[in-house]
Amino acid sequence: MSAQIAILDYHAGNMASVQKAFEHLGANVIITSSPMDVCRTGKIVLPGVGHFDSTRTLDALGLREPVLDAISTDTPFLGICVGMQWMYNGSVEAPEVAGLRLIDAECIRFPAEVKSPHVGWNTLQKTGESKLLAGVANGSYVYFTHSYRAPVTSDCVAATEYGGKFAATVERGNIFGVQFHPEKSGELGLQILRNFCEL
Amino acid sequence: MLTKRIIACLDVTAGRVVKGTQFLNLRDAGDPAELARAHTASGADEIVLLDISATHEGRTTLLDTVRRTARGLFIPFTVGGGIRTLDDATAVFDAGADKISINSAAVADPELIETIAARYGSQAVVVAIDAGFHTELTQSLNNIDVGFDGAEVMTSGGRRPTGRKVIDWAAEAERRGAGEILLTSMRKDGTRSGFDCELTSRVAQTVRIPVIASGGAGSAQHFVEVFTNGRADAALAASIFHFGVHSVGELKETLQSNGIPVRWPC
Repeated sequence: MSAQIAILDYHAGNMASVQKAFEHLGANVIITSSPMDVCRTGKIVLPGVGHFDSTRTLDALGLREPVLDAISTDTPFLGICVGMQWMYNGSVEAPEVAGLRLIDAECIRFPAEVKSPHVGWNTLQKTGESKLLAGVANGSYVYFTHSYRAPVTSDCVAATEYGGKFAATVERGNIFGVQFHPEKSGELGLQILRNFCEL
Repeated sequence: MLTKRIIACLDVTAGRVVKGTQFLNLRDAGDPAELARAHTASGADEIVLLDISATHEGRTTLLDTVRRTARGLFIPFTVGGGIRTLDDATAVFDAGADKISINSAAVADPELIETIAARYGSQAVVVAIDAGFHTELTQSLNNIDVGFDGAEVMTSGGRRPTGRKVIDWAAEAERRGAGEILLTSMRKDGTRSGFDCELTSRVAQTVRIPVIASGGAGSAQHFVEVFTNGRADAALAASIFHFGVHSVGELKETLQSNGIPVRWPC
């Protein structure tokens, strides 16, 4: 667990909760908005709650290029909630804001027949091999709170059902994304963060 | 499948958890951080901490209590009581809350909902509504009209009538950016005679955001009723958990055997 984890601060995430969870696991974490720190760090976590529009701050802070560079040189990257959505082309929540385009799809709203936001504990249906979800049983409960969702694509390793299936966890090489909040999902969530620490 | 949430509530004054009946007659129930951990271990899906004194001098104590309670907690944590401004909310978020609950201050200044939601997101804003009740007679005597169901929004810990309809205020709170409604029925609170399914169902069918039912929990059957007839998305209780009438785990087993989806085992 020695690699330093940089939690990116873009004035929108619940950085403190994510930091607290990693520190509980004994990880070496910093909270930073500095592109220099992103270049130097061993792992990157992008937390997030709220509106997709807030990811434009990542561009204002000059973080897009360093994050993409780090990912291309195999630095493990974990996006949480809106942080995961930033990995896609974009979101209809803020169509003018570009995502990282690591996953070629767009985040969309929940259909009108279900209440939105999707708030609460829902199950993970594992759909593929995953290092992030190692030791996590199929059907495990995790905590969600979001109004937009990513479609199920080939990188999806766990899906969740709410007004149709959506991507709950994506994983490809060194990039990982979770739509739920592992820092708020009890012991199971801590296990997922531990898996990221141990990559 | 999205599960129904069981929320353990800690009513806190001067750093201790207390519980009363219909907002009065408080008795000590323990240390908030310890109770939060115990309820989490026994299966609570979420913890709500309400500062029921919410006095000026109590704020520092509260923030300290929030910090202490949040430290070892890895499930959603909501804090309410005495939050009147964006700065108050910020202090509570910084102390470790995931969501804030606002009540009187939102009624006095509905833009507060928008202000906090713009900064922290709707998912972080719970609007708590305390519902008092009128008969036709008391409506006419007081020259107010809160609708056929008589449900009136009360503020200041249930002491101050506002003349506003509960249904209207819930809809406005949603429109202004609330992420959830925490609905307490004052005619049920502390009675252990069951949740107010009638009122909860009406609010749950009015808004598109989750509704948390509160007030009246006395048995597992009451939770079954509020999740079916009451159409609640979550249910909150305090004393039945603190005093060991039911552990959250026992409650969830009963709910599961009644076909209610819950996070169990967890």
